[in-house]
Amino acid sequence: MVQPLNRFRETPSQTAGPYVHIGMTPNFCGIEGAYAQDLGALMVNGKTQGERITVRARVFDGTGTPLRDALIEIWQADAAGLYNSPSEMRGAADPNFSGWGRKATDMESGECIFETIRPGRVPFRDGRMQAPHISFWIVARGINLGLHTRMYFPEEEAANAADPLLARIEHRSRVPTLIAARADDGAYVFDIHLQGEHETVFLDV
Amino acid sequence: MDADPLSNRRPETGAFFQRDLGWHAPAFTPGYKTSVLRSPQKALLSLDNTITEITGPVFGHNILGELDNDLIHNFARPGESAIGPRIIVHGRVIDERGRGVPNVLLEFWQANAGGRYRHRKEGYLAALDPNFGGCGRTITDEDGNYAFRTVQPGPYPWPNGVNDWRPAHIHFSVFGHGFAQRLITQMYFEGDPMIWQCPIVRTIPDHAAIETLIAALDRQATIPMDARAYKFDIVLRGRRSSMFENRMEGN
Ligand SMILES: [Fe+2]
Repeated sequence: MVQPLNRFRETPSQTAGPYVHIGMTPNFCGIEGAYAQDLGALMVNGKTQGERITVRARVFDGTGTPLRDALIEIWQADAAGLYNSPSEMRGAADPNFSGWGRKATDMESGECIFETIRPGRVPFRDGRMQAPHISFWIVARGINLGLHTRMYFPEEEAANAADPLLARIEHRSRVPTLIAARADDGAYVFDIHLQGEHETVFLDV
Repeated sequence: MDADPLSNRRPETGAFFQRDLGWHAPAFTPGYKTSVLRSPQKALLSLDNTITEITGPVFGHNILGELDNDLIHNFARPGESAIGPRIIVHGRVIDERGRGVPNVLLEFWQANAGGRYRHRKEGYLAALDPNFGGCGRTITDEDGNYAFRTVQPGPYPWPNGVNDWRPAHIHFSVFGHGFAQRLITQMYFEGDPMIWQCPIVRTIPDHAAIETLIAALDRQATIPMDARAYKFDIVLRGRRSSMFENRMEGN
């Protein structure tokens, strides 16, 4: 016999289901009055430091149809590369930037729009700098365990080429699945594919 | 962000324990039809946490309204209340090391006592309750404890097989301290035979894992002449001590 480790096992995930909006974006689905506004709806205010950017995201199923019932959360560093989190020990992040956003995909178009700022760079575990990125977490009906991925920026070619996470992707043809496109209006467009030829690289982190 | 000034716990900066993907449901679970076209087919890219995953927003108790943890009243007209069996759901959020996790944002949503959701995509013929919205939220205390009041939801039919029904359940979103701890799950009720018939429950391969989603009837916590209680504990990923980790730049 040895001493028991006395560890517990993580509560198993279950799908967010089709009615995820009721709990997480009630105002979006017409349950008004419960909360003043949906949590994560606004990431920036007038005093937030950094370059304003718009990110438009969609999630596609295996037939190429956009999910109209998904919910996406994003998490990113501030303009100086600091996270607004108690676990951020490198300095104080911009108090006017939460770094966290939550949006339901539109029930018609399947698109959701984040108004945020361009993130600064943050270090990898070994101290090398990572390319600027935004973390995505996707839940929906039919997704049993929330999916993690990242969005990188198309004009950061040198930083992307040296990024330690992107470098870990064995099949180089899949790297572009994590790099947003830039639309004519300047917005970043990030299409996430759950399956198929362009299946997004999802992360076990 | 400054640590909670009332807490003497230091923020943790260690990476999270590797997630046991064999304990969770796999992505592709054909018995739950919607998963077929929504499941990634390629291997995930496994990576020890960077600061991006170790950090996460933490929510202050000041975001909460007075009735946020009371689904019986938070959508009801003044002086009225939701219809259905009155219950208290309470428990503790711990991590895999058994430590209580404070300041966890818990959001919950559910059907009303008749099994009907307040949602425009909902097609079940059961009646809406004008006094029931179906959403609530709370934040755990210093020891990881939480509680809320609601009515017990009803089971409902859903389009999967011709005659599939969901057991009574409450959906939970759990926001721990790191973005990698993010979790959504569902709570079931002790004694419900429909749990074991449900294709969504059965996406989870391990019987013992499913049992951790079933809240126990807690007669000690029952409020006499008011509400029965169910106890539902939640376990989030644990994390390593950062004591022996390579120090990150600027740290
Ligand atoms: Fe449900």
